[in-house]
Amino acid sequence: MIEINEVRKSFGDREVLKGISGMFERGKTSLIIGASGSGKTVLMKCMVGLITPTSGSIIYNKTVDFASLEDKAKKEIRQEIGMLFQGTALFDSMSVEANILFPLNMFSKMSTKEKLARVNFCLERVNLKGTNKLHPSELSGGMKKRVGIARAIVLNPKYLFCDEPNSGLDPQTSILIDELIHEITEEYNITTVVNTHDMNSVLGIGDYIIFMYQGVKCWEGNRHEVFASTNKEMNDFIFASKFLKEIKQNSSER
Amino acid sequence: MLSVRFFEHFGKYLFLMKKSFVRPEKMSIYWKELMRQMIEIGIGSVGIVIIFSVFLGAVLTVQTAYQFTSPLLSKSIIGSIVTNSTIIEMAPTVTCLILAGKIGSSIASELGTMRISEQIDALEIMGINSAAYLVLPKVIAATFTIPLIIIIGGFLQVLSGMVVGHVSNVVSSTEFMQGSVQYFIPFTITFAIIKATTFGFIISSVSAYLGYYTTGGALQVGNSATRSVVASCILILIFDYVLAEIML
Repeated sequence: MIEINEVRKSFGDREVLKGISGMFERGKTSLIIGASGSGKTVLMKCMVGLITPTSGSIIYNKTVDFASLEDKAKKEIRQEIGMLFQGTALFDSMSVEANILFPLNMFSKMSTKEKLARVNFCLERVNLKGTNKLHPSELSGGMKKRVGIARAIVLNPKYLFCDEPNSGLDPQTSILIDELIHEITEEYNITTVVNTHDMNSVLGIGDYIIFMYQGVKCWEGNRHEVFASTNKEMNDFIFASKFLKEIKQNSSER
Repeated sequence: MLSVRFFEHFGKYLFLMKKSFVRPEKMSIYWKELMRQMIEIGIGSVGIVIIFSVFLGAVLTVQTAYQFTSPLLSKSIIGSIVTNSTIIEMAPTVTCLILAGKIGSSIASELGTMRISEQIDALEIMGINSAAYLVLPKVIAATFTIPLIIIIGGFLQVLSGMVVGHVSNVVSSTEFMQGSVQYFIPFTITFAIIKATTFGFIISSVSAYLGYYTTGGALQVGNSATRSVVASCILILIFDYVLAEIML
């Protein structure tokens, strides 16, 4: 699990995160939602150590304050982290197989045969069997995301971070990606944190949801509590469309 | 203001070098990457250096001969001038200015693209020292292969100068060789290799620095590539003078 306490981050005079706290539990899919510019990506980057927070603590597994660790210790924890980037961040010069093999080659002591078996297992897990020799430029957006997920889980991470996994995907593929993330989280008992704008994700896989508004945590709960929320900013964000507003009204009338 | 920015860049450059020159996480992977870079930077640049050197040597002979119209001067002096100017200046400095365009822009745009597409962040998240993995093999490859390319280039310049002089009846190959050998100073070879090694380091490390810290989008990647060529060329010229002052 990951616990964040009063995390703050400023860039110059501009405070982007204004004291965010939350608890991301193991085996659950936690979502950070909010409008563009609300600080979701900065919070995620603070959590994985790409940005150092101005103050506050990020505690992994109840013991380590990640934000205050030395580079060497951070590196060890990072080997337990898998991350799916918004633009997938696959290495263009490498094939799908080489992309997924890369972390294994770097950190595992498996034999080549075992490594290839693990790569094939991960590819099968994300329904991309047989794409080993393709390059990222030959894949569709959804396939790239799935390769990104395969690379993120290849080292059996304890923590999985997904930055806008549905961006640029059609609704059907988005749902498939969401379901895949959710299944993997439960199957391997991973602590998963997802940054998203996508309402299908919120209502489909949000075991724990943090809603951020202008750098502040405005609401927290789970997908079942979304409809009962009385938070104005949250309702304006979630039920932005006329269609969803009507659903919300109907559900409150009932 | 300008000096503050200079020191800011210089500090960040030193920081990147410090982060890059560390013990690799897994030697076999770095070795593979080093070999890939050596092929890309070294063998990949041989073609342009051959074309450039052949024509530069030819032009140098023809233009030197054009300036020596006095019958009192021995024609062998053309061979001496072409050989010495090639070894001391043309092969290491002018060829490196060309290589700054080819290698420098390629390194800066590769790293810049990796930065804006979050590939560098992906390496960091995996627990890999991205600077060491991406910068170190490039710097080592350029520092070792550029002097080798310069030796090939220098040899070709002198050879093409001699052949063109002979074919165009400006100076016979015997006279050319006689002049080349008569006024040859062995130290100039060492000096040329030292210069090429220094310039190889400058081209790769400066371009890597500008690419690695690219921010923004495609436009900024292009800017980084352009800036890397300009900065490398200026630094090559400055260090050309500094090395000449120190070593000659």
